[in-house]
Amino acid sequence: MALPHATTTPPAVREPTAQAPPGPTGKTRRGAGVRAPWWFVIPALAVYLFIVVVPSANGALSSFTDWNGLRPVWSFVGLDNYAAVFSDRTARDALVNTLLLAAAATVAQNLVGLLLALGVNSVVRSRYVLRVIFFAPVVLTPLVAGYVWSFLLSPSGAVNDALRTVGLGALAHDWLGDPDTALYAIVAEIVWQFSGYSMVIYLAGLQAIPAEVLEAATIDGAGAWSKFRRVVLPLLNGAVVINVMLCLIGGLKQFDQVMAMTGGGPGTATETISTAIYKSAFLLGDFPFSIALAVVMTVVIAVLAAVQFRLTQRKTS
Amino acid sequence: MHARYTWRTLSRETMLILLALLFLVPLVGLLNVSLKPQDSQTSALALEFPPTLDNYAQAWTQADLGAALVNSFAITAVSVVLIIAFSALAAYPLARVTRGWSRYAFYFVIGGLLIPGQLALLPLYATMRDLGLLGSLWSVILINVGQQMPFSVFLYTMFLRELPLDYEEAALLDGCGPVRSFVTVVFPLLRPVTGTVVILNAVGIWNEFFTPLLYLGGSDNTTSPVAIYGFVSQYVSQWPLIFAGLVISVIPILVVYFALQKHIIKGFAGGLKG
Repeated sequence: MALPHATTTPPAVREPTAQAPPGPTGKTRRGAGVRAPWWFVIPALAVYLFIVVVPSANGALSSFTDWNGLRPVWSFVGLDNYAAVFSDRTARDALVNTLLLAAAATVAQNLVGLLLALGVNSVVRSRYVLRVIFFAPVVLTPLVAGYVWSFLLSPSGAVNDALRTVGLGALAHDWLGDPDTALYAIVAEIVWQFSGYSMVIYLAGLQAIPAEVLEAATIDGAGAWSKFRRVVLPLLNGAVVINVMLCLIGGLKQFDQVMAMTGGGPGTATETISTAIYKSAFLLGDFPFSIALAVVMTVVIAVLAAVQFRLTQRKTS
Repeated sequence: MHARYTWRTLSRETMLILLALLFLVPLVGLLNVSLKPQDSQTSALALEFPPTLDNYAQAWTQADLGAALVNSFAITAVSVVLIIAFSALAAYPLARVTRGWSRYAFYFVIGGLLIPGQLALLPLYATMRDLGLLGSLWSVILINVGQQMPFSVFLYTMFLRELPLDYEEAALLDGCGPVRSFVTVVFPLLRPVTGTVVILNAVGIWNEFFTPLLYLGGSDNTTSPVAIYGFVSQYVSQWPLIFAGLVISVIPILVVYFALQKHIIKGFAGGLKG
């Protein structure tokens, strides 16, 4: 069961177009007679407008108002909501935490995912079983995985037990109760859960590298490390881009595991933008604040996506 | 890939297997703790005899997991069917028509990939409330379908652009109209990408917590993660009981995963080749 790297390649046409309608050039022949009705887009467009476009536009606009979700009456307040967001300790902490969490998870998950992919792409006998095991956490409900980890990381949990058993009892710790370690404990859970996803994408990239290229490098006398640095890694660029983008966006939206493991605490040590948006709207009832924070989040994601796009474009050109 | 099995391969294999065992620790711990008596003080990985199923019986009734699993299943199934139908239909003209409006419509739809759901959250919540859909499974289904349009339309369109026209032309010569040609000829050819769309969406929707928490939390219609969330906050740190609930809630997805692992891993890898 080799992992196919081009699973979404359409089936090839078996017979050449013997009976195709005649046409002077390939260009005009394409689409000749075949009609795809424009109204096929209506259901998708309608639900997309209703669920995504209109409410997003409303959200962006109402961030400049005092709309509180209940009264239809509202008035413009300019940048007041943004001023409130940036002068609020919790919101500032949430922004910093979210960026730290996204960055740490992206780096760690990609390193682990790439190592796993290199490992299971070799001739080891158990590679298929290993793939299934490393990928299993990916399908697990993130909330449930978060609860399991909060137990493992508790003062009397398995992680501390293991540390005591190997004589590192001094390191035993209330990982989620200490503001200095709680955020990284959540990162550890994320890396455990989603490294298998990165692995699968890197594996598809590795399997797309032609064997001849690697053989040529070997013949040229390249060692294992320089072969990896100079041949494999550049050819994995596409997989890196996809993985980094997925990790970053997932990290920036992080909600489920935080709710399961710490609820944002201790204090605001693990508050993320998503948990802060949820709490300010649904626990404190402060809609204007929550909406302004959501706009800030959108801008952060757009800026980081644009930066990554620019960086990777420069790399490939 | 044609290298021989050397002692270095063996040491690499040993390390990978140890790592895999480490990866399994949380899952084994989850199962093991769920089988312990509730006052158990032993470590997560220590076996305790005799194992008990009491936690399962209690978790099943206390967390009302049966109803929650049925809801999760209904939401996942209906959402996925609608996502497939809407996005495959929309992708057809977006891929086949080369005129301007088609290109702009495509960019307009995939632009949604960059918008986090949080931006639409509160206006959408107010709309659903005004429509009386809070607590209804339909609110969650509608939101899933709308939010998944960009990615699914993107996958279908990219696939269709590579699909040769010959089959459709043959159908046309046989006197098929565009609708019949799409249903009987084009859609079956989309099977590989349909598989990817089904897998990615089904796993994502089944596991989703945020949307059902907002729209179904506190109602009688919860999904499995929302029921678990309520259950855990009610029985704080009664781990054996909580873990039995967690096991029940993840059994369906894990059974499906181990039965179809080949297809699921393929779906995740394939969806991202775009």
